[in-house]
Amino acid sequence: MPRFAGNPAKAFSASPEKPDYRAYTLNRPRPKACYKVTWFTANNKESQASMNHYDAIVIGAGHNGLTNAAFLAKAGLRVLVLEKNPYIGGATVSRELHHGWQYSNCSYVCSLFRPEIYNALDLGRHGLKVIPLVSSMTFKQDGDYFGSYYNPNVRRRELMRHSLRDADAAIRFDADVLRWCRLIRGFLLRTPPDPGSFRPRDAFEFAYLLKKFHELSESQLYEFIRFFTMPIAEYLENYFENETILAHYSGGSIIGTGLGVYSPGTAYVLLHHAMGDVDGNIGAWGFARGGMGAVARALASSFQTHGGDIRTDAEVAQIAVSGNRVTGVELASGEQISAKVVISNLDAKRTFIKLMDENILPAKLVERARKFKIRGSSGKLNIALDGMPSFPSLPEGSPLTLGHMHFTDTLRRLEKAYDDWKEDRWSADPYCDMLIPSQYDPSLAPPGKHMMTVFVQYCPVQPEGGWTDEKRDQFGQTVIDQIADYSPDFKDLILHAEIRTPRELELEEGLTEGNIFQGELTFDQLMFNRPFPGYAQYRGPVRGMYMCGSSTHPGGGVMGAPGANAAREILRDLRKPDSTPQEFSDD
Amino acid sequence: MTERTDAIVIGAGHNGLVCAAYLARAGIKVVCLEAAEAAGGMSAPRAIGGKYHFSGLAHAAYPISRAMRRDLKLDQFGYAAGPAIDTVALDADGRHLIIGTNRVSGDGLEETDREAYPEFKKQYLAFTRALRPLFDNKPPRLKNMQVADTMTLGKLGWNVRLGLGRESMYEFLRVAAINIYDVLDELFADERLKGAIAADAVMGSAMGPRSPGTILTWLQRLQGELNGPLSLQSGDRLQLVQALVRSAEDAGATIRHNAHVARILVDNGKASGVELSNGEVLNARIVVSNADARATLSTLVGAPLLDAMFANRVSQIRGSGVVAKLHLALSGMPKFTGLSEKQLGHRLLVAPSMKYIERAFNHCKYGEYSEQPVLDIVIPSMHNDALAPDGHHVMSVNIAYVPYDLEGGWENQKQPVADKVIAQLGQYSPNLKSLLVEHELLTPRDIEEQYRAVQGHWHHGELSIHQSFMMRPLHGAAQYDTPIEKLFLCGAGCHPGGGLTGLPGRNAARRILELGAAK
Repeated sequence: MPRFAGNPAKAFSASPEKPDYRAYTLNRPRPKACYKVTWFTANNKESQASMNHYDAIVIGAGHNGLTNAAFLAKAGLRVLVLEKNPYIGGATVSRELHHGWQYSNCSYVCSLFRPEIYNALDLGRHGLKVIPLVSSMTFKQDGDYFGSYYNPNVRRRELMRHSLRDADAAIRFDADVLRWCRLIRGFLLRTPPDPGSFRPRDAFEFAYLLKKFHELSESQLYEFIRFFTMPIAEYLENYFENETILAHYSGGSIIGTGLGVYSPGTAYVLLHHAMGDVDGNIGAWGFARGGMGAVARALASSFQTHGGDIRTDAEVAQIAVSGNRVTGVELASGEQISAKVVISNLDAKRTFIKLMDENILPAKLVERARKFKIRGSSGKLNIALDGMPSFPSLPEGSPLTLGHMHFTDTLRRLEKAYDDWKEDRWSADPYCDMLIPSQYDPSLAPPGKHMMTVFVQYCPVQPEGGWTDEKRDQFGQTVIDQIADYSPDFKDLILHAEIRTPRELELEEGLTEGNIFQGELTFDQLMFNRPFPGYAQYRGPVRGMYMCGSSTHPGGGVMGAPGANAAREILRDLRKPDSTPQEFSDD
Repeated sequence: MTERTDAIVIGAGHNGLVCAAYLARAGIKVVCLEAAEAAGGMSAPRAIGGKYHFSGLAHAAYPISRAMRRDLKLDQFGYAAGPAIDTVALDADGRHLIIGTNRVSGDGLEETDREAYPEFKKQYLAFTRALRPLFDNKPPRLKNMQVADTMTLGKLGWNVRLGLGRESMYEFLRVAAINIYDVLDELFADERLKGAIAADAVMGSAMGPRSPGTILTWLQRLQGELNGPLSLQSGDRLQLVQALVRSAEDAGATIRHNAHVARILVDNGKASGVELSNGEVLNARIVVSNADARATLSTLVGAPLLDAMFANRVSQIRGSGVVAKLHLALSGMPKFTGLSEKQLGHRLLVAPSMKYIERAFNHCKYGEYSEQPVLDIVIPSMHNDALAPDGHHVMSVNIAYVPYDLEGGWENQKQPVADKVIAQLGQYSPNLKSLLVEHELLTPRDIEEQYRAVQGHWHHGELSIHQSFMMRPLHGAAQYDTPIEKLFLCGAGCHPGGGLTGLPGRNAARRILELGAAK
């Protein structure tokens, strides 16, 4: 099933705010034609340009780096992507660590990826297919379970089974969350304005934001502010009463953060995980066929058809700067590659503290980079299974095994898990988001076998005395034991398990302190504060240097938006036609 | 009572008195009804054992704003800010820190921290000053604004953008909504210092240093420091209440004691008066409630008279008290290891580190009391001999965190809590136990019963961001007027919130006059 099938015009849907843009998008050639042209020009360049001079170099072949590179290449630039690992993908990676099994080593489900980018880069043709997930569920300690089904009638019936009141509340809850989602989605593919500047462009952007908010009623406006600043537990308690239902729906708002369900601001994180969509169903999640690596593969393929180059095993040691301008990069191997523009897909801390020479940076920036909050709080298990584990508490053939499975059935247990993290311990009773994607996707495991992915909250950056392989395995054991409590035959089915703590995430994906969002999603690090106030418009401190990672607005998740926004700013500075979709398509 | 009054103020707490005084000075005939036999609400005098005097829940506080002292002629009615005191961050090994408004000293304190502290205070006082327009006025509406609202927002924008300057504004926008834990970790190395500052930021609210929003509560507290240094209010706090009472009565307001309001009379959507618990009915043009917003709207008015969604939002106001008050009567001067007699006049703080506070906070999330609580101690009798018999002393202790809903109920757990705290104090003051004559513990539940604050919350509602400004106590009643015509709120539950500032009362009075509701 092709993703975002439906009339392509929708992708370029013009917004009433910007009639001039409408004209542009309507005359814009269809992706096919567009691709022919750029392919041709790209070739031309190839023939003349010297081998190690490029228009732009992107450091890091993560999904944002590749998105960014693809848009630059599409606009006719000669672009090189450098990746330190022998494989591409960053955190959207699939690797075969056990023969015959494709793990989604880091990110494991797909929803936030912007459909506008999917269409503009024609990722469907480059092999990216997203299969919607049909359910999510939470096991209860007493042997019962709560299931949130895809079919609204079945879901309502299940809600009613637990609480009649909550079944009605769910209608209100869905409507409210959807409203905020649709409001936020409009800002994802826009460059945030800088409150410190008086440039007309920023003033206009602020005016746009104000206009958007003005469309809300007064009380909606206050409710929106409350939603943004509330603890998720309190927000949900305004709707639901049933402990399990409360726990089930708060899960999404602690994933990846250093906050607990009772910490103010977590309600926003819920939104951050609900504002995506699959085939236009806002809030739905899906699997990328072939594992999350398929996202990176499709982006790379699209990038290469536009004439871009990718080099793996090419770790960048430093960004070369002369005067107040970047001149290129220096690889760990000592090789120099020159470029007019250098874009870093690494998180802000790494970019400024590791890749750049402090002495040429403004002191304030270095200080901000040091203060940048990027504590990891998550772990991950990828497990090769000899067969499908059984879950006695579920009815025979229940569709619930096809979706997210959780084991934490009270807010108290969720908060206790957080308390452990605050003390630099991994949660003794962690919150797990478990999936078995091989049930949908035969390409992930041999016939009859299965691949399981378990996301674990919370896991400390450094436990007492630092990480060792023993501690890592103990952490993994904690999770496996929790799962085994609900699936007696689970342990016997394990053929191989990859256990990942923040240490592994940092070493392999280069996520500083293993933070999956490249920087916490707290108020101080959102919108024009992301990554730092004054640097939120993707431009670095020296001319020709840019950022395109999840450290920048709108933040983490496999979204591609930071990459696209950065590309827009770069093309603007280079006075090239904008190849990125700014308009946001919604039904 | 046949004679008609213009305005009835329910509750003679400091905000009620401030509001009554302002209204009376505008020539409005005000009757202030107090359920207790003495005015003052949470800062009304109370005594244990007949001869040991405390000032209710009032502890150490900041002076009243100059504007209010001028408007209500408080100084002329005998108000004076109490003696300025420092804060002593107690350390188990006697290596205490002395923390003043803009200097900090103590052994083992690093030079960098000593220098960073004044800078830190300077910057945060600047932030607080920038927020002044927001605190001194009714919270602006974000839509259907009146000129006043636009003015407030305008001033605020000007202060933040141009008053603070670019870099300072960036810093403000960065920290405004986050937790004090990260900010202090960036600035200081000394755990004792960080603990002491964080304790002030979280005291009174169900938040730990790591909870986002604690910078805001810290700034809210610093509002007071703009009026002068922290001063010991016990004794003088009574002076404030007396000054307010005299000021109000001087302007023609009547204050009736032992007059407990049972309900607010509403006919067709208009507040027309109140009915006392003894059945007496008083009529007035407007009714102003200093009581908790939740009590006022859902008990005194009653949900049936409110719009369903509004009533629902009232029921969603969060504010469950987490601070208990311990009053100790001592037969002599307690000795604290490492502290001189003179230093006992300061405020003593048991909050050795931010982690310590966070751990103490963890318990109250689960309806348990802290094994190792945060203690905020003053010995008022060091400044005012009248409070205790010769040679004797009174000690007042704020204890965080002590939940309102304790697992297993409060009935037989009050004594254990008191004993634990006294034992903990013993670690710092060896002779304290031997001096102990009598003690009294006020749990949040006692505070609810005795001070009629719902769930015993100091601030009549959590001071979290989503319950502040135009959302305090709830949107639809944030500008002191409620959906019930002629019914107004003036308590700590309103913007800008709790603390002994009198600002809610003042803003409410100004709002009432602006609307000309009582005329």
